[in-house]
Amino acid sequence: MSDLLLPPEHRYAEMIKKRQNEDGSELSILNLGPTHPATHGIFQNILLMDGERVLDGEGTVGYIHRAFEKIAENRPFYQITPLTDRMNYCSAPINNMAWWMTLEKTLDIEVPKRVQYMRVIVMELARIADHIICNSVLGVDTGALTGFLYVFQYREKIYEIYEEICGSRLTTNMGRIGGFERDWSPAVWKKLDEFLNEFPGIWAEFENLLSRNRIFMDRTIGVGPISAEKAISYGFTGPNLRAAGIDYDVRVMTPYSSYEDFEFDIPVGESGDTYDRFCVRNAEVWESLKIIRQAIDKMPEGPFHANVPDYYLPPKEDVYNNMEALIYHFKIVMGEVPVPKTEIYHAVEGGNGELGFYLITDGSRTPFRLHFRRPCFIYYQAFNDMIKGQMLSDAIATLSSLNVIAGELDA
Amino acid sequence: MALETSVIQDRLTQKFGENVTGFIQIKDIFSFEVAASSANEVLRFLKEDPQMRFNFLTDVCGIHYPDNDKERQFAVTYHMHNWVDNVRIRFKSYLNGDNPEIDTATNLFLSANWQERETYDFYGIVFNGHPQLKRILNMDEMDVFPMRKEYPLEDGGRTDKDDRFFGRTIDNR
Repeated sequence: MSDLLLPPEHRYAEMIKKRQNEDGSELSILNLGPTHPATHGIFQNILLMDGERVLDGEGTVGYIHRAFEKIAENRPFYQITPLTDRMNYCSAPINNMAWWMTLEKTLDIEVPKRVQYMRVIVMELARIADHIICNSVLGVDTGALTGFLYVFQYREKIYEIYEEICGSRLTTNMGRIGGFERDWSPAVWKKLDEFLNEFPGIWAEFENLLSRNRIFMDRTIGVGPISAEKAISYGFTGPNLRAAGIDYDVRVMTPYSSYEDFEFDIPVGESGDTYDRFCVRNAEVWESLKIIRQAIDKMPEGPFHANVPDYYLPPKEDVYNNMEALIYHFKIVMGEVPVPKTEIYHAVEGGNGELGFYLITDGSRTPFRLHFRRPCFIYYQAFNDMIKGQMLSDAIATLSSLNVIAGELDA
Repeated sequence: MALETSVIQDRLTQKFGENVTGFIQIKDIFSFEVAASSANEVLRFLKEDPQMRFNFLTDVCGIHYPDNDKERQFAVTYHMHNWVDNVRIRFKSYLNGDNPEIDTATNLFLSANWQERETYDFYGIVFNGHPQLKRILNMDEMDVFPMRKEYPLEDGGRTDKDDRFFGRTIDNR
């Protein structure tokens, strides 16, 4: 027993001992993680194995916990966006936009249509980037590196668009309360056009490579399934829930940022297994492209931010040359602007599901309490249930198809 | 037919009487308070009643109100969502400041498991009947509940954040 490095009262120690006594065969403990290339993030899974088969598992999370909720209670609103970036860093703009929308709901700010459409474009680009990573990495974990390297170029193109919009790539810190920091330059529209022209062909090729590939199908069909009832009880949202056959999508249920203006379908799966999750994400990329095209076609003219000088940081050159702008800048930065006492919950459809911000304000410049509803954190607890009785290599495929982002998991 | 908030209020008051109070519509979400003793029953009623159908527990989180009366210093907030009629609600249960305790929701929703562990981890709110109530994001050896308001963001005793290194002393030495 002692060589297992488990406390003797641990339930696995009990199980191993019992099995040894019964038929002399041995169960073993496998530490998957905390730093394992296949976990794509830092979390540990202690697996109880019978040969190659997983009998039980226990997850340990929190290795990159950064106390975002505590920090947020001590930061003015504008300094909280960088925290949201670092949750789901694969689709940071969605988190940013969700935070601005939460604040706009709190402060009763009406956002111009143009801003809403621009936000939709950014959020859908982020969703595509997120799904590119998840699906291509699933390919890698089942042994196909080519697709990953091929489509990753296009995540790069998306990052170039972010770069044109806000100057940064991964952790974008994009936007302001009420809109964007500047209007989109012609370069943004040009890059967006290029992306929309090139990417669909590439994505179709990627789909061809995997979705009817015998090896890939054998590796993913029936792997890590979850039933619809269980998925709901476990708090699944987003593509993972839809793969189980439930068409719940925050964009449709409680539309925000003018999602009601766009025509799109909600792809659903059937069995909630790894293959269905892959297919749902694939189909969602096509829907996102559809939404982006519609948004570009319908893009209204107008300002790129709401007229709310109390909350919208004025441009820097005005701050240096214009008395009024300087006053507003000072007021915003020093937290002299009025904030109502209220409680707000705002949810958006993040890359992984319902990303919610629960904000309680007490009238001061910082939140009294800010809670992030992080979809990863909530559905990752189902992982051990999903892999019970599966092979170890299936556990890896399941984990990567769940798209667990460590930053979002641990906050 | 969509589920009206007045119906929710009527049914709840009818069933739980004094234990549900403070009904208020805050922006898009209908909110109320539930006495900690009947929180679990209210959750069950909202989930299982054929008219309520709040099938999804969106979120569980804790709040610390150090300035409230002793009996109301902690709160657990539940967000629920009815997917059939598309109605969201939120309710809070206030807890005692010295020994915050409430019944677990894990018997109704599997998703409550980690969310309650997180709430325990950060606020020290004990969920009675939880299958595995231990810390989740912080290390097991930690002996404080860090999201309580009495703990400042930065440890005042830190020596590596010396003011002299940041130009914050008068003569900068």
